[in-house]
Amino acid sequence: MTEEAVPAPSRWRPVWQEFCESKTAVLALWICSLMLLAAVFGPWIAPQNPYDLTQISFFDSRLPPFSTSPDGPYYLLGTDNQGRDMYSAMLYGLRTSLLVGVSSGVLAIILGVSLGLVAAYAGGGVDALIMRIVDFMLGFPTILVALMMLAILGQGVEKVILALVVVQWAYFARAVRATALSERNKEYIEAARSLGLSHTRIVFGHLAPNCMPPVIVIGTMQVASAISAEATLSFLGLGLPITEPSLGLLISNGFNVMLAGLYWISVFPGLLLLTLIFAINIVGDRLREVLNPRNAK
Amino acid sequence: MSALLEVRGLKTHFYTRAGVVKAVDGIDFTLNAGEVLGLVGESGSGKTVASFSVLGLIDPPGRIVEGSIKFKGEELVGSPVSRMRQLRGRDIAMVFQDPMMTLTPVLKIETQMIETVLAHETVSRKAARDRSIEVLRRVGIPTPEDRIGAYPHQFSGGMRQRVAIAIALLHAPALILADEPTTALDVTIQGQIIAEMQKLVAETGTAMIWVSHDLAVVETIADSVAVMYAGRVVEHGPSANVIGRPAHPYTEGLLNSIPSRTTPGKRLNQIPGMAPSVLNLAPGCPFAPRCPYEQPACAKIPPARNIGPKHMARCITPLTRELT
Amino acid sequence: MTVFLIRRLLQTLAVLFAVSLVVFVGLYAVGNPADILLPDDATEVERQAAIRSLGLDQPLIVQYGLFLKNALSGDLGRSFVYNEPSIKLILARFPATLELALSALFIAMVLGFPLGLYAGLHPGTRMERAIMTGSILGFSLPNFWQGLMLILIFSIGLGWLPSSGRGQTGSLFGIETSFATWDGIRHLILPATNLALFKLALVIRLTRAQVRETMPLDFVKFGRARGLTERRIVGVHVAKTIAAPIVTVIGMELGSVIAFAVVTESIFAWPGMGKLIIDSINRLDRPVVAAYLLVITFLFILINLVVDLLYTALDPRVRLGGKS
Repeated sequence: MTEEAVPAPSRWRPVWQEFCESKTAVLALWICSLMLLAAVFGPWIAPQNPYDLTQISFFDSRLPPFSTSPDGPYYLLGTDNQGRDMYSAMLYGLRTSLLVGVSSGVLAIILGVSLGLVAAYAGGGVDALIMRIVDFMLGFPTILVALMMLAILGQGVEKVILALVVVQWAYFARAVRATALSERNKEYIEAARSLGLSHTRIVFGHLAPNCMPPVIVIGTMQVASAISAEATLSFLGLGLPITEPSLGLLISNGFNVMLAGLYWISVFPGLLLLTLIFAINIVGDRLREVLNPRNAK
Repeated sequence: MSALLEVRGLKTHFYTRAGVVKAVDGIDFTLNAGEVLGLVGESGSGKTVASFSVLGLIDPPGRIVEGSIKFKGEELVGSPVSRMRQLRGRDIAMVFQDPMMTLTPVLKIETQMIETVLAHETVSRKAARDRSIEVLRRVGIPTPEDRIGAYPHQFSGGMRQRVAIAIALLHAPALILADEPTTALDVTIQGQIIAEMQKLVAETGTAMIWVSHDLAVVETIADSVAVMYAGRVVEHGPSANVIGRPAHPYTEGLLNSIPSRTTPGKRLNQIPGMAPSVLNLAPGCPFAPRCPYEQPACAKIPPARNIGPKHMARCITPLTRELT
Repeated sequence: MTVFLIRRLLQTLAVLFAVSLVVFVGLYAVGNPADILLPDDATEVERQAAIRSLGLDQPLIVQYGLFLKNALSGDLGRSFVYNEPSIKLILARFPATLELALSALFIAMVLGFPLGLYAGLHPGTRMERAIMTGSILGFSLPNFWQGLMLILIFSIGLGWLPSSGRGQTGSLFGIETSFATWDGIRHLILPATNLALFKLALVIRLTRAQVRETMPLDFVKFGRARGLTERRIVGVHVAKTIAAPIVTVIGMELGSVIAFAVVTESIFAWPGMGKLIIDSINRLDRPVVAAYLLVITFLFILINLVVDLLYTALDPRVRLGGKS
């Protein structure tokens, strides 16, 4: 009879209830879900595909919001300097931002958590080595490392994701290691070891699930941070190429004409980006409040 | 002569998530000018909370729920903070247990003493400083003119406590509340501090409430003793009587467990069991579960009974034996 | 103290070594070094000559050795674009960036400390929740977007402040700085605020956490027991206690602020190191990028060291050592 150290499903119920006590957090969660849906179904919702050159008309460029062009399309949020419908461009940009943010977050979690767990479980020299690297990575501001990597690697979605993963994994490694170190000495790990389970099974099957709470909190806020970082890099012209739409790029495009009074090209994507990041951060912050004291076992 | 401090029916409760903690649940005692009262009890008996209540220093989630505390006839319970602030440090001073954290680590002693003076009197800084140096000298700090410029961590434990006592003396208060002032110190230093305090009390006529868990210490310095258990005073009287002829079984137990009182080689006496949590007290005498003389009648709270002159005990059958 | 310094020095060297390795590998070993180091429009003859003079036909180890040797003597290559030693370019721009960074930190502290203090002293109030949510907004707003909004509102909308460039500089205490002229200050306000908003959230949260940790401590209670006003306790005792940890953390952030100045400088066309770097990356001026990375790493380490020393200066316990 094996004792499976898997968290019972009812453990999350009180967490959820306490989470919902904050109206702000619930609102933020709604907004995130909405954005996620918009991003997933973007191509179907958007009136036009702003990156399909046959669909845009240069003559319609720089139209303010709520304008209708003689050809028919209704530009809810105006057009940019190439004639792209802002609303559609923002939807596509949202897609890319979320894609980059979430995938880099997930990959960073996989890498960071694995290394953190290994460091905590193996201890000794392995632990010291991994932690040295972690400290080194965390000593540098994210933007610098990202800049460095992109300067070397060049532009492109995969390269941006890679750079963001490199920048983020260390946070997860450090947090997981801390939790894992205290979990490592608990009885269920003893029990699993005495059952002769392989190390891999113990680390990933038993230790990992119980170290997840801080990972969830940090993960949420890192996704927000990654989205912000990607936008910043794109704005500086170092992130995604022009062919891949990004909210940062849109804002960058609009920057030059903003001084001429064409505010909508920069401001709307900016508001969208801001709302997205803000909402994710509120959810993450609330999660942190709710999960932390619970960790006292 | 009216009493300096009169406490009647004081109840201080803490409203926590886990429930209501009745730290002090109805205590009475009286203190006259120049007297030293020893407030004795284990941890959790409510003695520290009682002394903080006098100064109104109970932080939320606690508050004084009921009762009266009269200082020189003035009611302190319900008094506005501005009035309490006037009394604190000037008429009633306090000495805490661990001077390391009591004195602000990042400020010099000088700063802390001068501000205490200036909080209650408008004098020049120089005058305040001189007074501080004088009072440091009185408590036995050598070369106080130099030492006053030091930081708390630069003093040894015993010296720090002397500084704390000095601060208490700055305004020549009528009452000093000493909360376990020697508990954190070495035994040899303890003796010094106690002697110091005795001298001060004799010289200045300051009244003192000495809170402690150590009956042996209290024996040397107190005129009267109040024994607290689970938030109530279970025995109160002149120290010679309470210690010489304890009436409450708990007091007897405490006295028996003092190491110096047992013959060498004989097993140390202990009071069996543990102090109850004041969160969910069972009705009746709180000491009953541990009392060697427990009877069925102890299921009801025993009233205060007069044993002798100014000596009371909350016990149905107070002891009358004499201790050797 | 000397052991401490020596250990730090060794750590510094280790990190510099590691970074130089990374930079070297990144720029010299990835791809064809010749293509990377030479401008794209070099002719074949120039290419061959350059390869030989740069030692690119030597084994990598030798190249690394050359790289290090040059780096130590201050030669980090010449910029393709400006045809000047890259190190000279970077150091020329450094004061502008430093000025911006320091102003930003100053603004963050001046605004953040009182807000964090208030939030820490009044937990659970609407104002506190508003401040905390506001601080989340602070680090949610992407830096560049904040900058844009600042320009939109204050420069274009209200026309109060200029939106780009560094104003006139003058000489103050012998240093060229924007603070010496009103025009200089006007140009500094928006970019410094932009950079500050980013760290403001951190200062607020940090101060609040420190205050919440410090208020329950004994010395706060003792201050009240002495009759000190809340204002004095918070304003002097608590503030001085939390100063050391806060300043330390903020100081460490100086490095990060200098790095993030990259974005601010791009938006506001501030002639600092950051703008140079972005332009260099875009123009493939690799020697400048390499030089920047090394300079910045060295800077970080220096900042860390200075902050550590600052902490010992601020906390008398560390500075004067404890005596038990």
